[in-house]
Amino acid sequence: MALTSSDVTRIAHLARIEITEAQTEQMLVQLNEIFRLIEQLQAVDTNGIDPMSHPLGGSQRLREDVAAEHTDRESVMRNAPASQDGLFLVPKVIE
Amino acid sequence: MFDKSVAELSRALSTKQVSAVDLATVYLNRIERHKGLNAFLDVRPDVTLRQARAADQRIARGDGTPLTGVPIAHKDIFVTREFASTASSRMLKGYMSPFDATVVEKLGQAGMVTLGKLNCDEFAMGSSNENSHYGNVLNPWDKDAVPGGSSGGSAAAVAARIAPAATATDTGGSIREPAAFSGVTGIKPTYGRASRWGMIAFASSLDQAGIMTCSAEDAALIFNGMLGFDPKDSTSVERAAEDYTRHLQTDLKGLRIGVPKQFFGSGLQPDVEHAVREALAEYTRLGAKLMDISLPNAALGIPVYYVIAPAECSSNLSRFDGVRYGHRAEHYADLDDMIKKSRAEGFGPETRRRILIGTYVLSHGYYDAYYIQAQKVRRIIANEFQDAFQACDVIAGPVTTSVAFGFGEKAADPVAMYLSDLYTIPGSLAGIPAMSIPCGFGTRKRPVGLQLMANYFEEAKLLGVAHQYQLATDWHRRMPPGT
Repeated sequence: MALTSSDVTRIAHLARIEITEAQTEQMLVQLNEIFRLIEQLQAVDTNGIDPMSHPLGGSQRLREDVAAEHTDRESVMRNAPASQDGLFLVPKVIE
Repeated sequence: MFDKSVAELSRALSTKQVSAVDLATVYLNRIERHKGLNAFLDVRPDVTLRQARAADQRIARGDGTPLTGVPIAHKDIFVTREFASTASSRMLKGYMSPFDATVVEKLGQAGMVTLGKLNCDEFAMGSSNENSHYGNVLNPWDKDAVPGGSSGGSAAAVAARIAPAATATDTGGSIREPAAFSGVTGIKPTYGRASRWGMIAFASSLDQAGIMTCSAEDAALIFNGMLGFDPKDSTSVERAAEDYTRHLQTDLKGLRIGVPKQFFGSGLQPDVEHAVREALAEYTRLGAKLMDISLPNAALGIPVYYVIAPAECSSNLSRFDGVRYGHRAEHYADLDDMIKKSRAEGFGPETRRRILIGTYVLSHGYYDAYYIQAQKVRRIIANEFQDAFQACDVIAGPVTTSVAFGFGEKAADPVAMYLSDLYTIPGSLAGIPAMSIPCGFGTRKRPVGLQLMANYFEEAKLLGVAHQYQLATDWHRRMPPGT
């Protein structure tokens, strides 16, 4: 199965990454090469095998659901590209 | 002092032959002198010297640890409060973390002095360090060669002795491959041993912190301060603390070393094979027995990895939206456009490529065929290691198919680059401890690494097996010309 340029455009939209037409064509060639590598997996018989999501198995630990003070607001806000009065600024989303 | 091991520096500090401030100054000067390697991304002498003064006070009070006053540098994947944390990405240029990664915090509590932050592939994705937004790191052995990746800055810094130790991270080989290419000792522990809290996430089911040093003994000393359960990491393993130096003096008589035939296939270059076979012969002289083992599906590790890692990467990196932190594009039409442009500008080509692969394999209709199938084959590979460890104590083989390649040689061909992780990916998928130790030189006098792997939680045994070899050989003590 080979991807088409409209697949690449669709994936780039899903990933929220702007992509130019020239980049789409180059990406298409590279992604198809990578998928040729990945396609080998389809031939492996995995009947009865459990998917492995953690090397040591088991379930993820849950912590107590309690409020805790992690850090001060200022040290978080100083990395914001745009902020005002301790709030993150974004373009208008509701008319 | 710069040619001393961590163990030697520790003794010199505790017997007051040298102060932490003197030592920090020696290394800061060396960092400046070897600036051309481009190993460091952020150096702040005032921060380093303040930490060194605190270490000296601790030693004077008599409440130091074996690591107090010993300098270390951190891969720029670990977030730090006092140094910028960029993951070598334009996306995080100038980012100042509100907290320290647990690994950084633990080593700081042990009294280690931070020299700065180390260059790496962007978000730890790469095998040559050519994916850094901040330029290539040069291999100290040969400036035309890549240092390996993704922890290229860590490997180059230790090789050039501009840091006695450096943290690193492994997802598919990002500690062992650069350690091999740059001629240093590098080890990743069992998945879950080192906290991932504050390690900028790439592929969460694989990411694991480790260390690069000049010797296995040094790695063991640092593991004592670095590893351990962390409630802030939901995949951290709850186990009692242990002494990772406890097997350093254990002799190798009767040790069964499994040699996987799949690691000696047609892709392996003769210079690397020669050095690795010599190292295996040395092990037999030390009393170990070699035995042929098989990891039949090891080569499928690459396709498995290039489904799982991009899938998890696309999910982890969705947090970069130009809203709360990170790069924001200057011109945009609306919120969606702002996010798309910020991500296109902030991420480099390899990161964008992996996000797209990951987005595709996780998208509707493909999740089972790709991601779940890859997770199943991952288990097949992990099970083969368990079968192998029924018959042997450790596994040994090459780390890479060739010595370090040149800049630009594989940069335009993602698949060729991906294949350089053929021997390291299987251990990462299984989540077992694995390391690379220097075992000679190949073509153009570029270093060769010997890979050693052990079963889950057997880091102490693994470090002992490496240390015994380093007692009998001096490859790990060789320094690049001009050091």
